[in-house]
Amino acid sequence: MNHLPQGWGRPRDDVYGAYDASYLQNSGPNQHTQQPVVTGTSVVALKFKEGVVIAADNLASYGSLARFTDVKRLRTFADAAVVGFGGDVSDMQYLDRLLTSLDTEEAYGTTGHTLNAHNLHTYLSKVFYKRRSEFNPLWNQVLVAGVDQEKKPFLASADLLGTTFSAPSLATGFGAHLAQPILRTLAPDEEAAAGLSKEQAVEAIKECMKVLFYRDARSMDKYSIAVVTKDGIDLRENEKLEAQSWAFAEKIRGYGTQVN
Amino acid sequence: MTSIGTGYDLTNSVFSPDGRNFQVEYAVKAVENGGTSIGIRCKDGVVLAVEKVITSKLLKPGANKRIATIDRHMGAVSSGLIPDGRHFVSRAREEAASWRKVYKTPITTSDLANRMGGYLQAYTLYSSVRPFGITAIVGGWDSERELPVDGQVGSGPSIGAGGKVEGKKYGGPGLYMIEPSGLYWGYYGAATGKGRQTAKAELEKLDLAAGKLSLEDGVKEAAKIIYIAHDDNKDKEFELEMTWISGLDGPTKGRHEEVPKDILEEAERLAKKALEGDDDEEEIKEEDKPAEGDKMEE
Repeated sequence: MNHLPQGWGRPRDDVYGAYDASYLQNSGPNQHTQQPVVTGTSVVALKFKEGVVIAADNLASYGSLARFTDVKRLRTFADAAVVGFGGDVSDMQYLDRLLTSLDTEEAYGTTGHTLNAHNLHTYLSKVFYKRRSEFNPLWNQVLVAGVDQEKKPFLASADLLGTTFSAPSLATGFGAHLAQPILRTLAPDEEAAAGLSKEQAVEAIKECMKVLFYRDARSMDKYSIAVVTKDGIDLRENEKLEAQSWAFAEKIRGYGTQVN
Repeated sequence: MTSIGTGYDLTNSVFSPDGRNFQVEYAVKAVENGGTSIGIRCKDGVVLAVEKVITSKLLKPGANKRIATIDRHMGAVSSGLIPDGRHFVSRAREEAASWRKVYKTPITTSDLANRMGGYLQAYTLYSSVRPFGITAIVGGWDSERELPVDGQVGSGPSIGAGGKVEGKKYGGPGLYMIEPSGLYWGYYGAATGKGRQTAKAELEKLDLAAGKLSLEDGVKEAAKIIYIAHDDNKDKEFELEMTWISGLDGPTKGRHEEVPKDILEEAERLAKKALEGDDDEEEIKEEDKPAEGDKMEE
């Protein structure tokens, strides 16, 4: 026994050696949901006259390792909306199953009413907010693309904090830095977006996917793209980036061997 | 009437000396008074139809549906006590959802019938409960193609799931009828409720086992059968309610849905026409159950 209360009741260090603290129980909170593990990168989307174009590449990364190369990050909901998922892939799977059960329960009703993209976005944002309030967030940022109750194009974002916003063009992850400026030159506001044709919008989104592949080290050249209008969803899940040109890479200086 | 006064019918789960469970037989009586329900298993889908007896002119037409969706690909209809039918549906939905939770794939029609058969049978075993006063018809479409697991993100092995036999066909339409005893069989065509005898006679004429009847024709036949089965009971008003489930390439894309209004109205028009056509022909009279049935009545 010594005069230090923290030493009382413990084996004496001078006899038994220092106490091995690793035997102490960690009484802190569980932390395994506090960071994403297998992740998807950007989702980009743009409104046009009759609908919305949305795209995401088919890669799921494990840290910097390109771990899974055929992961479909655009999920359809009842011919009414497409949800593009950025962030944790297992949380995306959880949400996908949640949406499957939501769709099933929606079909129980006899009125024939199905949820539109706007309703779906509200629902998802509430799920995110509930989970972040439990300190157990779903580590995603999602873009919901579709048409609203008035059959007008709808595009909005919801994220792991429950934050929501809407714009004529949206992008998650790296896309928010690299794709958004390109899309904004094309559609700075709702009026401009309403003037875009489907072809223009698809073209712009494909261009963004290309820029993202050039500059985002967690991206891939295989991607999924969907066009949502009031007439339904046209989803293609195995597109490949076309007409790549890496000539610009020659001019990059300051990395690796090309120091000046 | 030999059972009266013997006491063997006073509680559930009790056998009479000659091996009968009277409470279950009384439940069957409740079914026999309900509006006719039928199901037809066609080559490319399933049709469910019910004769919804209108009990009051103050009820909104088309409201209070009698056919329910169990899962995206499955529906059920029942004859007998309506609240019992509602409870059946709610349990079936739970079973379908729990199957999805465990196996991450939709429940097959036969598995659902099995689960519900077991559930109804349990209600014949205890004195604290009574048997279900319904006979339910469950129709569904099991996907003929390799379905992704719920929430699946990748493509999986290119050869698909194992355990498949070469050349064998998987998936397709399923139709099951579950009785108050818990007994269930798979059927080509099923009928229950008041008009079941007439409906069964009509179903037998269709030669469903040959597997030639298309879903579109099945809808018309179903409407006709409900109208014919109702014919013996003309004084009461009724509404025809019909749902269908087609294959993935069909009109409902593997989902259980109400038959669209235009197709339903066309089927009803044809049914009425067929009925007027053979009005002079004497319909096969529904024979009331033979003597053994009478014995049970109090």
